[in-house]
Amino acid sequence: MATAAPMESRFGHPKATGGIIFEAACFAAATLLLAALGGVVISLAIGGWPAFQQFGFGFLTSSEWNPVTEVYGAGTAIVGTLITSFLALLVALPLALGVAVFLVEFCPRVIAQPIAIAVELLAGIPSIVYGMWGLFVLAPWFAENVQMPLMMSAEPGSWQETLFSGIPNGANIFTASLILAVMILPYMAAVMRELFMTVPPQLREAAYGLGCTPFEVVRSVVVPYVRRGVIGVIMLGLGRALGETMAVTFIIGNSHDFPDSVFASGSTIASTIANEFAEATSDMHSAALVALGLVLFLITFIVLAFARLLLRGQKI
Amino acid sequence: MNRALFRRLGNYLFVGVCGVATLIALTALVMILWSLVSKGIGGIDLKIFTMTQPAPGSEGGLSNAIVGSLIMCGIGMAIALVVGILAGTWLAEYGGDTTYGQVVRFFNDVLLSAPSILVGLFVYEILVQPFHGFSALAGGVALAFLATPIVTRTTEDILNLQPHALREAGMALGASRAFVIRKIIWKAARAGLVTGGLLGFARISGETAPLLFTSLGNQFFSTNVTQPMATLPTTIFQFALSAYDDWQRLAWVGAMLIAIAVLSINIIGRIVAREARR
Repeated sequence: MATAAPMESRFGHPKATGGIIFEAACFAAATLLLAALGGVVISLAIGGWPAFQQFGFGFLTSSEWNPVTEVYGAGTAIVGTLITSFLALLVALPLALGVAVFLVEFCPRVIAQPIAIAVELLAGIPSIVYGMWGLFVLAPWFAENVQMPLMMSAEPGSWQETLFSGIPNGANIFTASLILAVMILPYMAAVMRELFMTVPPQLREAAYGLGCTPFEVVRSVVVPYVRRGVIGVIMLGLGRALGETMAVTFIIGNSHDFPDSVFASGSTIASTIANEFAEATSDMHSAALVALGLVLFLITFIVLAFARLLLRGQKI
Repeated sequence: MNRALFRRLGNYLFVGVCGVATLIALTALVMILWSLVSKGIGGIDLKIFTMTQPAPGSEGGLSNAIVGSLIMCGIGMAIALVVGILAGTWLAEYGGDTTYGQVVRFFNDVLLSAPSILVGLFVYEILVQPFHGFSALAGGVALAFLATPIVTRTTEDILNLQPHALREAGMALGASRAFVIRKIIWKAARAGLVTGGLLGFARISGETAPLLFTSLGNQFFSTNVTQPMATLPTTIFQFALSAYDDWQRLAWVGAMLIAIAVLSINIIGRIVAREARR
């Protein structure tokens, strides 16, 4: 077989070492991904261990954060993270649903396509841009046109006064949530649109054939068909909001006092780490910040894992 | 008849609400882009690209930050492309159906949207603290961790789209599996692989949080990857929160540059992807 030899050398023998090395390299790369995630957990656990050891379970519930007296509790940051994320979701979810439904069901294709592309592109704008807009545009406007009038109109001693109290500079939990909402909105809308597109046209046509109005088609056919996926997308949006750093750090006011009104400044886990880690005053301060990171990781991991389980099989 | 009217009104209301939602969303996003352009465009001149960042009150640009961003994204993408394409290939061609493959795919998807600041903390623990110093290299590695899952995911998706007949044809000629993947499948999927790389690049080019305590930032021009280095996002962060008007103006210019860069990379990615589908 004179021709077989050069062919083998050029294409590689099926059992040649080159192929084995290549497969091993691919396998190693895939394993590296797992190792990266494992490494994050382990390194955060090791780095934060001193804080957990010192403060015990109280680390999660105490709302005192004082680098001077070296007392650290994650309570304020955890509450701030949860409040801002859920408020953001509350604002963004109905809007994202509306946008996705509008683009898939009602909008003429000629306009729908450009809007959809624009929404997808905007989902990729880095969060620091949203943060700057929040700091320089939204916060001053909000302080002057919403916060001040509300504070002025609240009667002294009434519940409104408590609700709206705070420094009127627009940097507070509420505006931080708004920015988060604006940020996760295009992302959620884009993913939800893709989800709605997976509904087979036959289902829609059948429903229309029965005389359903477009509203009834969406409510009784489209949404039920992708229900699991919609919950998955909500979880993805929540995961994004929970871990978002830059957009929030700019505008939340970075206070470690427990928030006592919607216009009070506060902090989230991510904003606390971003603000303090590079300038941590002591080993315990760093450890407490890393421990905060571990808490954030566990929260987001649960949310994201849940989202991925619901979205399994979807190309999202 | 009354019921039909009721249903029709309900439908109009619903369509209206959805339309208004779209309008609100678009307005918010247009407002953000508008502030970006209106506040950033005035500061654009050649000095931005030729001079390093100034002290407050004096003239300067962002050249050190731009170069730093390019270097760090370069390091990040170099790692992400190698690891991501190999890992994606393994998932698509070798072990994607095994339990282990499914575990890898699942955790890769989780990693895809993991908070970037935690990646920063992780890289700080493994690359900054042990070597007692912030470095551009650490920043690049942190960015690699963010881009790799994207490259992996797109690689797997695009390889799965390649027709089986290609693989069979290669095998029938006596080529080994590795040869078929490298010389036939990768070649056929080239445009898709490029798209994955571009998507990853777009994602990391605006990332700030993981760089805050890995590359730290540097007010001087530096190309030494073992030393702290400025990047556009970290410089924007520092300038925007400062009390100086001229620094804040530079921050807007930087933000606009980043937004333009990210948008154009994404658009190029889309065009390449469309070519690939043809």
